[in-house]
Amino acid sequence: MTTETLSPRTPGKPRSTMPREVVRRRRYGGPVWHPSLGTGPLPRVLTLLALALLTVVWLVPFGWGVDTSFKSEVDASASGVDWIPKAGFTLDAYRTIFGQGNLPVWAVNSVVIAVCVTAITVAISAMAAYAFSRTLFRGRRVLFAVTVASIMVPPQILIVPLFRQMLAMNLVDTYAAVILPQVVAPAMVFILKKFFDGIPRELEEAARIDGAGSFRVFWSVVLPLSRPILAAVAIFVFINTWNNFLWPFISTSDPQLMTLPVGLSTVKDSTGLRNAQESAASILGSIPLLIVFMMFQRQIVKSVATTGLGGQ
Amino acid sequence: MASVSTPARRAAAGSRRAGFRRAAATDRRRSGGAGWLFATPFLVFFTLFLIVPIGIGLWMSFTDASLTGHGDNALVGLDNYSEAFGDSQVWQTLGNTVWFTVLTTVPLVLVALAMALLVYTGMPGQWLWRLAFFASHLLPVAVVYQIWSMLFQPDRGMLNGLLKIFGIDGIGWLTDEKYAMWSIALVTLWWTVGFNFLLYLAALQAIPDHLYEAAALDGAGAWRRLWSVTLPQLRRTTGLIAVLQVMASLKVFDQIYLLTKGGPNGSTRPILEYIYDTGFTNYRLGYASAVSYVFFGLIIILSIAQLKIFSRRED
Repeated sequence: MTTETLSPRTPGKPRSTMPREVVRRRRYGGPVWHPSLGTGPLPRVLTLLALALLTVVWLVPFGWGVDTSFKSEVDASASGVDWIPKAGFTLDAYRTIFGQGNLPVWAVNSVVIAVCVTAITVAISAMAAYAFSRTLFRGRRVLFAVTVASIMVPPQILIVPLFRQMLAMNLVDTYAAVILPQVVAPAMVFILKKFFDGIPRELEEAARIDGAGSFRVFWSVVLPLSRPILAAVAIFVFINTWNNFLWPFISTSDPQLMTLPVGLSTVKDSTGLRNAQESAASILGSIPLLIVFMMFQRQIVKSVATTGLGGQ
Repeated sequence: MASVSTPARRAAAGSRRAGFRRAAATDRRRSGGAGWLFATPFLVFFTLFLIVPIGIGLWMSFTDASLTGHGDNALVGLDNYSEAFGDSQVWQTLGNTVWFTVLTTVPLVLVALAMALLVYTGMPGQWLWRLAFFASHLLPVAVVYQIWSMLFQPDRGMLNGLLKIFGIDGIGWLTDEKYAMWSIALVTLWWTVGFNFLLYLAALQAIPDHLYEAAALDGAGAWRRLWSVTLPQLRRTTGLIAVLQVMASLKVFDQIYLLTKGGPNGSTRPILEYIYDTGFTNYRLGYASAVSYVFFGLIIILSIAQLKIFSRRED
């Protein structure tokens, strides 16, 4: 409340009690506390330098990958730190990749698998969360406790038995084998249940009095009110599935079924003689998520914050 | 769809609510069936792909199950477990895992905090800073592998090239036992710090402004506000990040498997890779399961310990 009335963006509110320094920073738009904004321009320059330095350090490795992908193979495997290749920049690596590789197949697989996992996960998790939050049924408490406890199980210890299960069910090297085990996300059920708990019951009761059944209430009242958290969960699940390595790696050996991360890891050879091609493939493999991030930066930042409890 | 939320209806429903209490109660009792319907899809998958594998894994850990043969699932009692506890590879890979966790957790918390504090100053270019620090988190592990294996190449790599400029002899980043784990930790810091950075950024944005205003009115300088307001307010987040980080680091597999295959000389092999190697390369699924359950036990003990420490601090 206080913060709202003191906000510089609310015109006409009295601000006279605040120190001038605070008022100035609030007008500037930044927070009012930071040490480096203490006195004069020097601390601000230092802050900017520190930010720039960290940014360069974090971007250089990726930049080197991009740079290498536009070199000829000879330049790409040459020693040294030359950003500008002797033979000039070229698109050869990309041409070769598109000419021969399985890259488009892997990209399609990644999209299909990530979309399926996300859709199924969000749907079944939201329904279960609603059941745990708003309905009464026998065993509800125990089942929810088991669900929450299972968040602690490291998925990696399940791979051996899961692989056996897939062998027994004759599903190895199918989409189903890659997708189905990934849709179990107890952490997402927990997050959604916590959110549903906060929706006022009055809204639901009003709908029920109007004759809506449980499904109608869920579909027309609860889901529309939960759009932000559903988006957060979906983004989170999508990123995790897109980048998941171990399970898709184990459950597929057919190159036609591999996801991008798995496929890319199989084409890399250790000689470094195809650096340019491999870099080009890597860049193409990372572009989809980077575009998603640039488009939805705000929502992704929020989703990491809200689902942070879900772990990585 | 929207009909339920019109103010008129809501008001009407409010005044009628008392009279309908009994109806609502029946409704709730009736929703027992609906509850099951809602929960069933999740519970089916949950049982099939979480509970059942846990059970199968536990059962397998008492057998000599293998990936190749049939009919060799003889019960061997606790043999696998006693072998695991006497297996020097288990202890060595567990040691590597713990060493990796120690090497990564501290920088992953501190660098993330520094990044978040710097970005939260409100310096222009927010979009760029956030992109730079978080984007690497979005890269698939195979891309991380490709980029860093180029940078780490001993004679042609960029890092050794840079060292040469300063007149330092190149080192075997991934091939020298002395440096391999540090190099892996460096890659992990670069790859995953963005997630913690965002958690810190969100926590910073949640600190109420009036705390700073009060501190400023009391004459607290900028550094003082950082030490007495910001950092204490971030304590819970730091705890959360540290816990998540320890758990995530203990589960390391992907980047090590790709970058060094556990080498040189087993110096970077984490326990999950040992489980993978035993199960899928040596086909000893039973023994691999037993080792996973030893690891699982360790994780549970750690979680309970962390929970205890945290609940004590809350008091």
